[in-house]
Amino acid sequence: MKPAPFSYYCPESLDEAVRLLDEHGDDGKILAGGQSLMPLMSLRLARPAVIVDLNRVPGMDRVAASGDGGLSIGALTRQRALERDAGLPARNPLLAAAVPLIGHFQIRNRGTVGGSLVHADPAAELPAVSVALGAEFVLASAAGERVVSAEDLYLGYMATAVEANEVLTEVRLPAWKAGRLWAIDEVSRRKGDFAMVGVALWADMNGDACEDARITLFGVGGRPVRVEKAEQRLKGAALDDATLKDVERIVFEELEPDSDIHASALYRKEVGGVLTRRALRAASARANGEDGAS
Amino acid sequence: MSTKSILNLTVNGKAYEKLVEVRMTLADFLRNELDLTGTHLGCEHGVCGACTVIMNGEAVRSCLLLAVQAEGATLETVEGLADGDQLHPLQAAFQDRHALQCGFCTPGFLMTASAFLKENPSPNDAEIREAISGNICRCTGYQPIIEAIAQAAPEVGGTDKD
Repeated sequence: MKPAPFSYYCPESLDEAVRLLDEHGDDGKILAGGQSLMPLMSLRLARPAVIVDLNRVPGMDRVAASGDGGLSIGALTRQRALERDAGLPARNPLLAAAVPLIGHFQIRNRGTVGGSLVHADPAAELPAVSVALGAEFVLASAAGERVVSAEDLYLGYMATAVEANEVLTEVRLPAWKAGRLWAIDEVSRRKGDFAMVGVALWADMNGDACEDARITLFGVGGRPVRVEKAEQRLKGAALDDATLKDVERIVFEELEPDSDIHASALYRKEVGGVLTRRALRAASARANGEDGAS
Repeated sequence: MSTKSILNLTVNGKAYEKLVEVRMTLADFLRNELDLTGTHLGCEHGVCGACTVIMNGEAVRSCLLLAVQAEGATLETVEGLADGDQLHPLQAAFQDRHALQCGFCTPGFLMTASAFLKENPSPNDAEIREAISGNICRCTGYQPIIEAIAQAAPEVGGTDKD
C-alpha cells in the first residue's frame, strides 16, 4: 500500500474534529478533498500518524451572501460547486474566473476551497486570489475561533499561520465593488498544470483614473506576492500604454522568484511583468466591450 | 477508530461489505479486493487520470481517495459500462474511431467522458478537449479520442439539449 500506516478518524461534528486535533497535535493531519495530501502520502513525502477526515462534518460546505454584500464560503465547499454556482460571476467575477483554472474537473469534484487555501501551494490560484480580494479566514480550535487576514495567513513556502490544532472553517470575502476591473491569467506548460507564473488583479476606476488596485502574483515566490509598488503606480493613472509599460517594468523589478526545473527566475520575472500588463489590458478591454487582445 | 474499518458501498449496482485497511486507496480496493481490475493505475498521484471512476455521479481520481471515504457511496467503474455483450455507446465509438491502441488509459477516458457527457450532452470540440485535459494518453493520440466522444455524445447524453 502506498501511504504509510496511520490512524483514521472521521468526526461527524466540528467540535469532535477540533477535539481530535487538540488531542493529537503535530501528529494529526486534516484530510479534506485529498487532492494534495493524498499524493504527498502516496509518495510518502507526508507520513501523518493520524488522519482527521472532515468530509462528514456537516454544514461546512455552504456558500452564502454575508450582510455587507460579501461572500461567506464554507471551507469544505468543493471547487466544482463554486464552478457550478451560476450566481458567482455576478457576486465575485475574479473568484469565478479563478476556479476553472484549478487542476481538472475530476480534481475540482473533490478538491475543496479551504484545502487549497491552507495547503498554500505558492503556484495555486486560490491563495493568490484570496490575497487580492482581502479575504479573511475563520480558524476554529477547541479554544474557540479567531479570524486571520489573507496577508497574515501566508507565511512562506507551504507555511501558514494555521496552528496544528486549528481548522479553517470559513473564508469571508468583502463585497465586490460595482464596476471593478479584474483579470486572472497564468502560464503553465499544459492546461491544468500548476502555473509557472500567474497574476490575479483588480482595479477600481473613477472615470479614466484608477482609484485603487490590487496586483497579486503566484508561482513567483514562497507565497502569493503582492506588488504594492505597481499598485501605487496605477493610482490616479489612466490604464494607458505608458502606465501599463511602467507596471510591467515595476513587476519585473520587484519579483524575486526562484529558479526550479519548470522555469528560471529570470523567465518568471519577465513573464510576471508581461502577464500583469496583459491582464490589465484585458480587464480594461473587457470593461469597454473589446476583446482584450494585446 | 482503528487501522481497519468495515466498508459498505455499491459498485456497478452490486453491494459490497468488506473489512479494509484505512490506508488502502479506493483504486487499490477496487482492483485488489473486488477484482475489478478494469480501473487502471498509472501515476498513483493524481496526474494521469487512468484511475478515474464515477462516485455518486461525479468523475473522481480513485487513487486520491481512501477506500474508507467511499463508505455508503455508489460507484461506477469501466466494468459497469457494457450491458453484457452490448458495448456502451462510448466503448463502441472508441472502437469505431480507433480511439485506443494499448488501452491502458482507456478506462479513465471512458469514465471521464461518461460523466462529462451526462453533464454536457452536446459538447463542442473545445469542451471535449477541456474535459479530457486531465487524462493522459501516451500512444493513441488524442484526436481519435475526441472524435469518439463527439460521436457517442448524442447516444450517451440523450436528446435533451439543456
